Amino acid sequence: MSNEQKHTGDTGHGDNHHPPDHPAHLAHHFETPEQQFESGKLGMWVFLATEVLMFGGLFCAYAIYRGNHQDVFLYGYGALDKMWGATNTVVLLASSLTMAWGVRAAQKGQQKLLLTMLFLTFMGGVGFMCIKGVEYKAKWDHNLFPGTMNAFYYEAGQPKYPEKLEHAIEFIDGRNSGGNSGGEVQGGGGHGLLDADVPYDESPAIEHDAQQVGHDGAGHIVSASPVILTASFGAPADMSTIKPPASPADMGVNDAVIDHAGVLTTPSAEHTQVLWRDLSSAEQKKVHLFFGIYFMMTGLHGLHVLIGMILIAWLFWKAKKGAFNKDYFAPVDIGGLYWHLVDLIWIFLFPLLYLIH
Amino acid sequence: MSVIQDQVKVSGYGGQQGPGETNYINHSKGIMSWLLTLDHKRIGLMYMIAVLTAFLGGGLCAIALRTMLYMRSAPDVAPITTGTQDVYNQLFTLHGAILVFMFIIPAVPAILGNMILPLMLGAKDVAFPRLNLLSWYCYMAGATFFLFVLLSGGLDTGWTFYTPYSTSTSTSVAAATMGAFILGFSSILTGLNFIATIHMLRPAGMGWFRMPLFLWALYATSIIQVLATPVLAITLMLLAAERILHVGIFDPALGGDPVLFQHFFWFYSHPAVYIMILPGMGIISELMATFCRRQVFGYSFIAFSSIAIALLGFLVWGHHMYTSGQSAMTNAIFSLITFSVAIPSAIKIFNWLATMYKGSISLATPMLYALAFIWLFTIGGLTGVFLGALSLDIMAHDTYFVVAHFHYVMVGSMLTSFIGGMYYWWPKMFGKMYNETVAKVAWFLIFFGFNLTFFIQFIAGSQGMPRRYADYLPEFAIYHQISTLGSYVLAIGLFLVLYNWIQSLVSGPKAPQNPWGGNTLEWHTSSPPPHENFIEDPHVTEPYEMRAWDYDESIDGYVYDKAKAIELDKQSQH
Ligand code: HEM
Ligand SMILES: [Cu+2]
Repeated sequence: MSNEQKHTGDTGHGDNHHPPDHPAHLAHHFETPEQQFESGKLGMWVFLATEVLMFGGLFCAYAIYRGNHQDVFLYGYGALDKMWGATNTVVLLASSLTMAWGVRAAQKGQQKLLLTMLFLTFMGGVGFMCIKGVEYKAKWDHNLFPGTMNAFYYEAGQPKYPEKLEHAIEFIDGRNSGGNSGGEVQGGGGHGLLDADVPYDESPAIEHDAQQVGHDGAGHIVSASPVILTASFGAPADMSTIKPPASPADMGVNDAVIDHAGVLTTPSAEHTQVLWRDLSSAEQKKVHLFFGIYFMMTGLHGLHVLIGMILIAWLFWKAKKGAFNKDYFAPVDIGGLYWHLVDLIWIFLFPLLYLIH
Repeated sequence: MSVIQDQVKVSGYGGQQGPGETNYINHSKGIMSWLLTLDHKRIGLMYMIAVLTAFLGGGLCAIALRTMLYMRSAPDVAPITTGTQDVYNQLFTLHGAILVFMFIIPAVPAILGNMILPLMLGAKDVAFPRLNLLSWYCYMAGATFFLFVLLSGGLDTGWTFYTPYSTSTSTSVAAATMGAFILGFSSILTGLNFIATIHMLRPAGMGWFRMPLFLWALYATSIIQVLATPVLAITLMLLAAERILHVGIFDPALGGDPVLFQHFFWFYSHPAVYIMILPGMGIISELMATFCRRQVFGYSFIAFSSIAIALLGFLVWGHHMYTSGQSAMTNAIFSLITFSVAIPSAIKIFNWLATMYKGSISLATPMLYALAFIWLFTIGGLTGVFLGALSLDIMAHDTYFVVAHFHYVMVGSMLTSFIGGMYYWWPKMFGKMYNETVAKVAWFLIFFGFNLTFFIQFIAGSQGMPRRYADYLPEFAIYHQISTLGSYVLAIGLFLVLYNWIQSLVSGPKAPQNPWGGNTLEWHTSSPPPHENFIEDPHVTEPYEMRAWDYDESIDGYVYDKAKAIELDKQSQH
C-alpha cells in the first residue's frame, strides 16, 4: 500500500492513518476494542493513584497539625457547619449512585437513561458546589478566609485585625458552647475575650502553656517527625497511660512531644467544647492554621469537583450526539471512575474536618 | 496492518531503504504537522529540542558559576560584594532548578523513551498519544514560567526551595513553583503513558521477561514518576499558597513547620534521583548487550533491581535531613535503609561487568560512554553510601563533598548514559551516521574534564569547603581553580558533541537499518522508521539473541536472517 493511498482516509492532520478494518472509535495503534478499553481504564487507575498521593500530602499535613495542635482543631472546627457538610456528603454520594447507574445504562446501550443519569450527576456537582459556596460565604462573612485574610492572623505576636478577631471569637465561642450539652461553661466568663486590661499574652491558659512557649518557635522547627508518631495514633480517650520518655534528650526525642503528651493527657471529653480562653496563647496564634488547612483541602477538592463536572458535561454532550453504544462506552466508564474518586476523597474530608472531637 | 502485510512479503530485512521512501520526519510537512503531531517519534524530537535548549541554559549558568569562583581566586585581597553574592545565588539556583526539572528528569524518558519505547515494543504508538502531546505542552508551559522567573527578579532559594527562606525572599518563588508544578505534570503524563503502554501494547510473544531491559528501567521510572511527583505537586502548591496567602503551614513565623517542607520535598526528590538514574541504567544494559555481543548476564536480576530501587527509593528521604533535627532513632533507621539501596545498584554494576567478561567488546562511541558510566557511577554511588553513614554525613552535609557526590551520579552517570544512548539510537532516529573520530575525542574530553572538575571537589568538601558560597578561604583557591579549568574542558567536550551531531545531520553518511547488530525491535525497522513504525510486523524473539543478524560489509550494517532467528528461537525454547 503506497503512502498516498493510506492518506485518503485522513481527517485533518496527517497522523490519522486509520486501518480500514478498524471501527471508528478504535484508535489506529490498538488492535482490538478490548485492548483500547483496558488501556484507558489502566491509565485512569494510574492517574487516580497520583490523585491519592497528591491529597495524601494534604492529609499528612492535616495529621501532623491535628496531632500537634489538638485544641486548635477542636476550636476551629466549630466554625464549620456540620449540617451543610452532611448534606453535601449525601449530595455527592447520590451523584456517585447516579454516575454508576449511568455507566450501567451506557453498557446496556440505554441512551435515554444514560442522558438522565449524566444530567443528574452533573446536577449533583452543581448542588455540591452551591452548598460549598454557601459555606465559603459564611466564612467570608466572619473573616475566616485563609492566611492574611483570616481574623485569627497574627503578625509579630499581635493580632492583625483585633476587631475582626473579636467578632470571629464571639462567633466560634458562641457555636462551640451553644451546640454542646455540657451545660455550664466551666470557669465562668470572668474575662472578656480581648479585654483591654487582660493583656493578650496573659490569658488564663498561660500556665497550661508555660513550657510550650519556650520552644514554640525553634522547638517546633525540630518537631516534625516525633509529632508524626503521636499524630498517627489519633487521640485515644484516655491518654494517661502514655508516659513521656525518661529522658527525652537521650532518646533524641525533643520536648515538643512531652508537651504534646501533656496536652493529650487531658481527658478528651473536655475538648469537645473548646473556647477561645481554653487555648494557650501559643495556640491562639495558630488558629488561622486550621483555616489554612481547611481551605487548602476543601479548595483542592472543590477544584476536582469542577473538573469532574466539566468531564461529565463533555460526556453528556458526546452521549447526546450518540457517541456511545453497547460496544463503546469506555469514556463513560472511565469518567465515572474519576467521579467516584472525587466522591471518595470527600468521604474522608468530611469527618476529618467537620466531625472532630 | 493485514493489508500491508499481504503486500510486503519479505523473508528478512535490513537492506538499504529504497530512495524516495517516506519516514516519520518527511512524512508530512509544515510547522503545524509537528505542533499537532500525535506521533511519539516526533514528540520525542520536539522534546529533544526543548530539553537540549534547557541543558544549554543550565550549562551556561554552570560555566558562569565556575568562572565567578575562579575570579575569586585571590579571596584575601578584596572582600566580596553583596551584589556579586546575589548574582551567584541566583545563578546556582537557576542552574540547579533548570537542570533538574527541565533537563535531567525528562531527558531520557521524554526524548529516548518516547522515541524508542513503542519501537521496542513493536507497537505503533504509546497508549495515549494525545496525553503524550499534552505532556510536551506542559513541559513548554512550565519552561515558560521559568523564563518568566528569569525576567522578573530571578530566584535565589536553591533548587530545593527550602522554607522559611523561600517564604521570605523577594525573588519569584511563586512563579518558579508553578513552573515546577506544571513540569511535574508533564513528567506524570509521560510515566502514566509508559506504564499503560508497557502493560497493554506488548506484542504477542513478548512476555515480561522478553522485554528489553531499557523497558524495565522505564517501567520502574514511571512508577516513581507517577507516585512521587504528585507529592511534589502538593508541596509546591502549598508553598505557593504560603507565598500568596500566607497560610502558614510551612512558615515558622506563622506557627508553621519548615521541616515538614523538607520531609515533603525529599519524599519526592529522593525518588526523583532515581527518576534520573534508572532510565540511564536501562540504556547501559542495552549498550552492554549490543557492544559485547552477548546475552546480558543476570537479566532478571537487572530487571528486578530496577523495581527494587524504585520501591526502596521511597523509604530513604530522611538521609537529606540528618542535620535538620530528626531524632537519633529516625536518623539511624534512614541510614540503614539508605545502605540497602546500594545493594540493587551494585547488583547492576556486577551484572554489567559479568556481561563484559568474555564478551567480544567493540569500543564504539556508545560503548565508551557505557564504560565511563560504570566508572563514574561506582564513584558516585559509593560516595552516596559514605554520605548515608550518619557520622560522616554530619560533617560532610552541605559541603562540596555532597556536590561532588551528586554530580558524579547526575552528570557523570546520568549524562553519560544519556549521551551514550543518543549516540546509540542516533542512526535510528535520524538515519544518519556520525563522525566516529570526533565522537571519540569528545568522549575523552568529557570524561577527562568531568573528573578534573568534580573529583577535586570531594577533597575540597572533606576539607570543609561549604556548598553554595560565592566566597572561600584562600586555602581552597587551588581546588576551585582546578575545578574551573576542568569545567571548561568538559564544556568543550559537550560542544564538540553538539558539533558532531549537527555535522551528522547536515552531511553524515546514510545509516543502515541496523548499524550495531542489536536485536531489540527498533532495529527491525528502517532508519529512520516510517510514520507507522513497522511496515511488516517485527519478529519477536529473545531481545538479546543477536546471532541472526549477519554483518554485511556493503552497507556497513547488519542484515536479518529470519530463518536462522526462528531456528535459534526453537533451540532456546527447548
Ligand atoms: C547509591 C545510592 C545513593 C546513595 C546511598 C545516596 C546518598 C545520598 C545522601 C546520604 C545524600 C545527602 C547528603 C547531604 O546532603 O548531606 C545525597 C545527596 C544527593 N544525592 Fe545521592 N545517593 C545515591 C545515589 C544518587 C543518585 C543516583 C543521584 C542522582 C542521579 C543522587 C543525587 C543526589 C543529590 C542531587 C543530592 C543532593 C541534594 C541536595 O541537597 O541538593 N544520589 N545522596
Ligand atoms: Cu537522597
